[in-house]
Amino acid sequence: MTERGSATFEEIHSVEKGNFATAGQGAAAFKNMLKKLGVNSSVVRRVAIASYEAEINLAIHSDGGKLVLSVYPGKIRLVSEDIGPGIADIELAMQEGYSTATEEVRMLGFGAGMGMPNMKRCSDSFDLKSALGKGTTITMEFNL
Amino acid sequence: MPNKKIYHSVKLQHDKCVGCTTCLKNCPMECIRVRNGKARIIYELCIDCGLCVKNCPYQAKVAQTDSITDIFRFEHKIALPAPSLYGQFRNLQSADNVISALLNLGFDDVFEVARAADMVSATVREMIKDNPNKPLISSACPAVVSLIRIRFPELLPHVADVLSPKEVAARMAKEEYSKAHGVPMEKIGAFFITPCPAKMASIHAGRESHVDGVIAIRDIYGLLTSQMKQEVPENVKNRKRASWRGVNWASFGGEGSALGYSNVLSVDGIHNVICVLEEIENGRLDDLDFFEGSSCEGGCLGGSLVFENTYVAKNNLRKLIERMRSYESEHPIESEQPRDDIHLYAPYEPREGIKLSDNISEAIEKMERIKTLTKTFPGLDCGSCGCPTCRSLAEDIVQGRASELDCIFKLKERIEKLAKQMVDLTNLQGNQN
Repeated sequence: MTERGSATFEEIHSVEKGNFATAGQGAAAFKNMLKKLGVNSSVVRRVAIASYEAEINLAIHSDGGKLVLSVYPGKIRLVSEDIGPGIADIELAMQEGYSTATEEVRMLGFGAGMGMPNMKRCSDSFDLKSALGKGTTITMEFNL
Repeated sequence: MPNKKIYHSVKLQHDKCVGCTTCLKNCPMECIRVRNGKARIIYELCIDCGLCVKNCPYQAKVAQTDSITDIFRFEHKIALPAPSLYGQFRNLQSADNVISALLNLGFDDVFEVARAADMVSATVREMIKDNPNKPLISSACPAVVSLIRIRFPELLPHVADVLSPKEVAARMAKEEYSKAHGVPMEKIGAFFITPCPAKMASIHAGRESHVDGVIAIRDIYGLLTSQMKQEVPENVKNRKRASWRGVNWASFGGEGSALGYSNVLSVDGIHNVICVLEEIENGRLDDLDFFEGSSCEGGCLGGSLVFENTYVAKNNLRKLIERMRSYESEHPIESEQPRDDIHLYAPYEPREGIKLSDNISEAIEKMERIKTLTKTFPGLDCGSCGCPTCRSLAEDIVQGRASELDCIFKLKERIEKLAKQMVDLTNLQGNQN
């Protein structure tokens, strides 16, 4: 995909499986960068919420993965990529309130089944690709 | 939009600053730099929290406030004591004693800010009822409001549309006094007795204010203690009183607990406040009714301009409140009703300050350079370069405000290289001879 203007900024944040202690740090770092870039504050907040949800999802559900934030003069792209296990039923995963999170995770206040719908709601475009046994890639874009 | 010139209370006394990095490390906004051996504040980012004032080992950081003699600029003078003032005195029997002492110092009238706090509580309690923008965020701590304006502008619609108690107190005090004595409002001066510099800054922030001057608690404390033993006059005893809940605003969590809602979160210490505002911004606390952030640890009792140690003051206040509660059980105070006339004069606007450039392409390029440059520094955040972190040094270099050799590790590398070159050169010359 070609972007108008050559300037891009990319930041990667890795997320370990099951690491809730540091979950949210990536979203916070992204947020501060976007503010420094002078991105409109309502967009910053939407990216912040989407990356926070994605970060929590990686910690809860994946075997590990990363968030990649790319900023172009006209848009922001946020990609969540993991190494497995993949989503069995995407349609179900997108439903509000549906979650496969364990009881233990729910005790921590996560796994309410709002993560994916929130990500979709916050972004201007949302694409989810998943293959069982391989992994999931979610690509979200935000117009500037 | 360009910022209006913002007044700041926190200033540096150049002759006292030795260029140590204590303030640098504590500043929550990373807005202090040491340049040419002296600390400098980047005022666009300063929220007047007063942490640097409190932490400076050389007392080089000061907060500008008015002196007691400034009250005589006005023909009629009213004191507005912050509730935290009451916590400065051991075994204070009643707020009456403080009020009479203020009158003895030359004030013509006293309006307790705690009474205005009662009015604000009643009004905020009503706002929470059908608030669509959860949580409602307290507008009482001016440093927290400044923080939100700079770092969390998206949360501004959450900030309660209500004046701070000192502002409510100033206006009502003047109105009541004007009516009672037939004096025009402009001849009355209202002086707030403050625990912190942020409150000083907030009245000079280019917004309308009825507060004419601000006197630091620690500047007036000594004068007051000398007047405390005096007899309490009848008119002070019979005044409209603040409730113990209003006085309790001085303590951390006092504002939130006065509301009577259970889903209220109170946080003290500016670094903690930032963490929780992040959570609110991430949409994690949408079920919360009210958020009260206090920049100082221990609430207003922990302000940088108080006299007494925060925890001693807290205990003093607790004892006073016990006395007030037992007094109020026998002499009930008429509770305040929600008011329509204490809304903000104008909504808070975002304060710009952290953008790298107005042009996004340029900002992106700069951000990329900052990232690359940051990796070349040791990452110790030692502060020797005069910046709080290696990353902020990289940012200052990209913005043309610092050079790479400000980093002592980089300088050392460069010197080693030069030394090696000199040795090589000497050897070369030796061989030729």
